[in-house]
Amino acid sequence: MAPVFEPMIGRYLRLEIEGLPHRVYFEEAGQGIPLVCLHTAGADNRQYRHLLADPEITGRFRVLAFDMPWHGKSTPPDGWQAGEYRLTTASYTAAIRAFCRALELDRPAVMGCSIGGRIVLNLAIAHAAEFRALIALEAADFQQPWYDTAWLHRPDVHGGEVCAALVSGLIAPHSPPVNRHETLWMYMQGGPGVFKGDLYFYRVDGDLREKVKEIDTKVCPLYLLTGEYDFSCTADDTLRTASQIPGVEVQIMKEVGHFPMSENPAKFREYILPVLAKIS
Amino acid sequence: MSPAERFARLPDLLANDSDLRRRGRWLDVDCRIDIGADSFHLAIRQGALATLERGPRLMRATSFSIRGTDEAWRQHWRKVPEPGWHDLFALSKRGAASMEGDLRPLLQNLQYFKDLLALPRRLTEED
Repeated sequence: MAPVFEPMIGRYLRLEIEGLPHRVYFEEAGQGIPLVCLHTAGADNRQYRHLLADPEITGRFRVLAFDMPWHGKSTPPDGWQAGEYRLTTASYTAAIRAFCRALELDRPAVMGCSIGGRIVLNLAIAHAAEFRALIALEAADFQQPWYDTAWLHRPDVHGGEVCAALVSGLIAPHSPPVNRHETLWMYMQGGPGVFKGDLYFYRVDGDLREKVKEIDTKVCPLYLLTGEYDFSCTADDTLRTASQIPGVEVQIMKEVGHFPMSENPAKFREYILPVLAKIS
Repeated sequence: MSPAERFARLPDLLANDSDLRRRGRWLDVDCRIDIGADSFHLAIRQGALATLERGPRLMRATSFSIRGTDEAWRQHWRKVPEPGWHDLFALSKRGAASMEGDLRPLLQNLQYFKDLLALPRRLTEED
């Protein structure tokens, strides 16, 4: 019997981010408008595997999903052992722009979820002209913290298990168990302190209150989609953010939580296909 | 059935869930769960419920306590909970539940405790 392959191809890309050499893993599938996908904190590009395998999307888009440095199969930069990992607005923005530049993507669309959604807002604020469209999933200018991140990285608590257990509540009760547990598995596999380091950006460095008012959707269209079961970035957080941005399109997704593309791919498809149709 | 009456069924519910007991097999802890005004003292040994005592126990030492309002647990245990009521941390974020004490055993076994405290959801609303 012939081998059964999925359509995405994975490769390692050599590039510089903020002057440091990096080796970044990414997967891609399809042809057409480049669509760069950004995973959530403490996870990796596998969250987008259903999009990468969706012919209705890859027929019109070249879908690319990379593992952030420190995540998935992208290694941390040399010398990582000598310090604590902390993602910042500057380093995250630099990584995305470096990836797009290295692959010579022509005004790509970017879709990010959670911290990926927050940084998409920053792209809209600071670099809108470089992008064709921006899609922020589970994003807001600011969110109220709901636990102490000190628990995420300490020797007496299993980091992977506590990260997964914390975020498990952000998944909607309706999401299929297989997809729920695959989503959690990625959290269980994160490197020590990486989820915590990502949340530094989310909680300390990435407060975009006031700044979102600078977004000009005439330069680059912006779409916000948030699941109703996401109590980290609540529907109200997203609606409050949207109310400050003229021309933004916002939608609250029913029966979906914080990880729409991986926790319930079929349901997410109903919401994202119409958005992608507008972009293409 | 009141939320406290539903929680009092915990021994049977856990006895019928061998997978949850398997996942908690490293856990020995004494903790307290408040369902509205009713307090329950749980002695957990190797993931199983050694004892579940209802009512005030003067000066009973516990590792940690989780307190929730009647409304919080009633909503949490609906067959399909509404957004914002579906997770322990959703309850605490909205101010309907709290976690106090030495939280280390709770965080070390967080999925176990979330699943343990969700067990009454398996009782039908009429039970």
